[in-house]
Amino acid sequence: MATAFKEDHTGAHTPVHSDAVVVRFAGDSGDGMQLTGGQFTLSAALSGNDFATFPDFPAEIRAPIGTLFGVSAFQINFGSSAIDTAGDQPDVLVAMNPAALQTNVGALREGGLIIADTGEFNQRNLDKAKYSSNPFEDGSLAKWQVLAFDISALTLEAVKPFGMGNKDALRCKNMWTLGLALWMFDRDRQPIIDWLNAKFAKNQVLADANIAALNAGHAYGETAELSGPLKQYHVDAAPAPAGLYRTVTGAESISYGLVAGAQLAGLKIFFGGYPITPASAILHHLSRLKEYGITTFQAEDEIAAICSAIGASYAGQLGVTSSSGPGIALKGEAMGLAIMTELPLVIVNSQRGGPSTGLPTKTEQSDLYQAVYGRNGDAPMPVISARSPVDAFDCAVEAVRIAVEYMTPVMLLTDGYIANAAEPWLVPDLESYKPFPVEFLESVPEDGFKPYSRDHKLKRPWVKPGTPGLLHRIGGIEKEVDTGHINYGPANHQAMTDIRSAKVNGVADSIPDQIVEQGGSGAKLAVVGWGSTYGPIKQAVRRKRAEGVDVAHIHIRHIWPMPKNMGELLKSFDHIIVPEMNTGQLKTVLRDQFLVDAKPVNKVSGQPFTIAEIEAAIESALG
Amino acid sequence: MNDMTPIKATTPKDWETDQEVRWCPGCGDYAILKAVQRTMPEIGGTPENTVFISGIGCSSRFPYYMETYGFHTIHGRAPAVATGVKLANPDLDVWIITGDGDALSIGGNHTMHLLRRNLDCQIMLFNNEIYGLTKGQYSPTSRIGTNSPSTPYGSVDRPATPCAFALGSGARFVARGFDVSKNLPEVLKAAHAHRGAAFIEIFQNCIVYNKDVFEEFAIPKGAEGHQLWLRNGEPMLFGSDKSGGTKGIALDTEALNLKVVDVVDGDWQSVGVIVHDATNRSVAHMLVEMPFGEFPMALGVLYDDPRPTFNDVVLAQNVSASVGKTADLGKLLAKGQTWTVEDGHPEV
Repeated sequence: MATAFKEDHTGAHTPVHSDAVVVRFAGDSGDGMQLTGGQFTLSAALSGNDFATFPDFPAEIRAPIGTLFGVSAFQINFGSSAIDTAGDQPDVLVAMNPAALQTNVGALREGGLIIADTGEFNQRNLDKAKYSSNPFEDGSLAKWQVLAFDISALTLEAVKPFGMGNKDALRCKNMWTLGLALWMFDRDRQPIIDWLNAKFAKNQVLADANIAALNAGHAYGETAELSGPLKQYHVDAAPAPAGLYRTVTGAESISYGLVAGAQLAGLKIFFGGYPITPASAILHHLSRLKEYGITTFQAEDEIAAICSAIGASYAGQLGVTSSSGPGIALKGEAMGLAIMTELPLVIVNSQRGGPSTGLPTKTEQSDLYQAVYGRNGDAPMPVISARSPVDAFDCAVEAVRIAVEYMTPVMLLTDGYIANAAEPWLVPDLESYKPFPVEFLESVPEDGFKPYSRDHKLKRPWVKPGTPGLLHRIGGIEKEVDTGHINYGPANHQAMTDIRSAKVNGVADSIPDQIVEQGGSGAKLAVVGWGSTYGPIKQAVRRKRAEGVDVAHIHIRHIWPMPKNMGELLKSFDHIIVPEMNTGQLKTVLRDQFLVDAKPVNKVSGQPFTIAEIEAAIESALG
Repeated sequence: MNDMTPIKATTPKDWETDQEVRWCPGCGDYAILKAVQRTMPEIGGTPENTVFISGIGCSSRFPYYMETYGFHTIHGRAPAVATGVKLANPDLDVWIITGDGDALSIGGNHTMHLLRRNLDCQIMLFNNEIYGLTKGQYSPTSRIGTNSPSTPYGSVDRPATPCAFALGSGARFVARGFDVSKNLPEVLKAAHAHRGAAFIEIFQNCIVYNKDVFEEFAIPKGAEGHQLWLRNGEPMLFGSDKSGGTKGIALDTEALNLKVVDVVDGDWQSVGVIVHDATNRSVAHMLVEMPFGEFPMALGVLYDDPRPTFNDVVLAQNVSASVGKTADLGKLLAKGQTWTVEDGHPEV
């Protein structure tokens, strides 16, 4: 956390100890900032820090060089105690060009450190970044510490022996910068060197040049330390439960969770997808895991992606599809078909800013209405949401469980922040998950075969085509109770609508009661959240409780149906606020379902909540 | 039934469901349904391994009347659903039932990609040049000037040619038939014998909204002068002459197109009548584009030249990409750059 970046010197040449540090790397979208951030994250992980990251990049792949809208940033918060957010304010900003400085310096905490490459601060780039004068000379950066030097020239010097062209040589700048950052935070270079050697295994010159740049940046730190603001810091390892750890992004953990869920169900996976930011990463991950019985299909469009998954579920595999808001909208009619035909299906929505194309690379939670209500007809469907990259694994397993145990499509909500962000993950013990094996109907039951007969959960039998004796037809037209024949009769439609609704509501029987994360029922104020607001809400509530404020934190995984104790729990609080990255969607559902006076706290800037914003909302709610 | 039960030959009756057929009396769909139910025993199909998948429209009710597995999906999407079914279980015999609106308008994209990928299935497109189920609006195959509730002054847009669309999309099997044709089972059998996507356009008479628009050629008897039935290895002859036809199709080497020639006394060779080679893609393109009236309607198997199927190559890649790998998720998760924490202290 920003406030924890203490400068308690213990001597000029020993590293300063810090509890937590927030660093933001910002540069042109071609400068490799995401790569730099990712490798820095790995070094933090290997040092045992807890951390959270926030990659923030433009929608354009290679925006015109030096422009404000082409800036790509990667923020990491790492520390020696629990870290739940990517940090409110950076302590250190690495700015690779004027545009990166212009767009990011405002976020830097007062007194924070700017490291900038003066080699890029020429008139042309200053103009592009809308600077009327050089910020290093006009005093506009006075409230920060500035360390500006010619990283470009230093990089060129470092890679000179490799005889590369100017353009290629300058591409090593990000590794030079990473080297400096590794020195600043007392990190081991070897894992990064190993990674570079592996990455450029087919081009040793590139590997050697990048390693030379990395080493040069590191050496620069050592030699330049003697004067000025550049100091070395040490962040101790965070205490953590014993076990094996790795880093994981939300897209990875959802992919692994789907695999685990399918194994627990005893099914093969069919994944139908269509490229869309920020959901494509799931398609990419699963397409490399064919040995797990996974068929991936890049369909011609979003509709074909979900329809092919429905076809595969009909044929006896676990159909999965994934998209982001605009693609989910296109899948709407097919979701209705899956509801009508009562086939299992998992739909992952990696939410992004909307409406329409909206903000493809920015995060938002504004598809909750779409998930819960967004289909024609009375079309109930279970919805669950992941709170963090790590949590997404269990949520994916849970989505598979509900889909097959209730023969229903299930929507799993995640968002751009969770999909891209990384955090440390205590590798789960897969043996600890309870299997939920699927049993297909394979012969005619004693009382005859009816495709829409039901068990105690109101689940209909799952019959694979190819099974003798159980021939039947399904489709999107209203089904007759039990027989599944076409039936438009008024009493039948009433009965089937009631059954579909009761079946989905019955999912609540299989989920745990809602717990209170901090505080207890009956507190003066409950902060109720869902999805990726978990980190800032948790920290804000923790701080406020430390100040003696009577506030509780509730975080909802099961959005639809909700846990059975939810109404009673919510009614125990004097006040309820609901921070969301939308204009109040969960708030509406809570009011509708439980008639409680839930008050909205909204943010739709494409950026996650800061802890300070939630703290302010708590203060304001308690007047 | 169990694995020991010997496979018993089916009869057309075995392929009929107990459901009341709900098409308009006199609809061409009845004849197509009968032709399919007659064909299934002849190709040795087993009802439990057969799946009929349809979209939306009059034709798409078809699966309810076949005693097989069936999926009546949503408008235009049958090819996408079929792709998932076939990839999940390639042993199933998949038939797609669709219409001119379903396959070429709302579902045109899926039809194109299914043909391009070459999924092993049969696609029966019932072309009646009209939207029947929505009460008579013009369709993407309606001729210019079609009067309909949505085009009271006549339609103005040019119609699509289904078989040309199919060839253009990369189809490896293209055939034509019509509802009351005695040759329809023969065409269906050829489609089924083709491994890969087999596209069959079936002219179908909508007696309510677009009655008799194909009457010049799509009648059981008396239209021989307007029907060119193509058979592989046989000359392209048509007409009423018992000896095989009084006219033929030849290549106009100046216009680089097809032409109709008169055949006298059965001597088709001397006037250059083309012998049908179903693997000739260039001729297939010309056959599907022949303007009707000046030329007969090309019917039967116009093109048949198989290529590897999508399901085969996808599943082969699944196997080859898995060779030497074990599906151990626990190991996968523990792989790569990891670290161990012991008693609260990390150890790289």
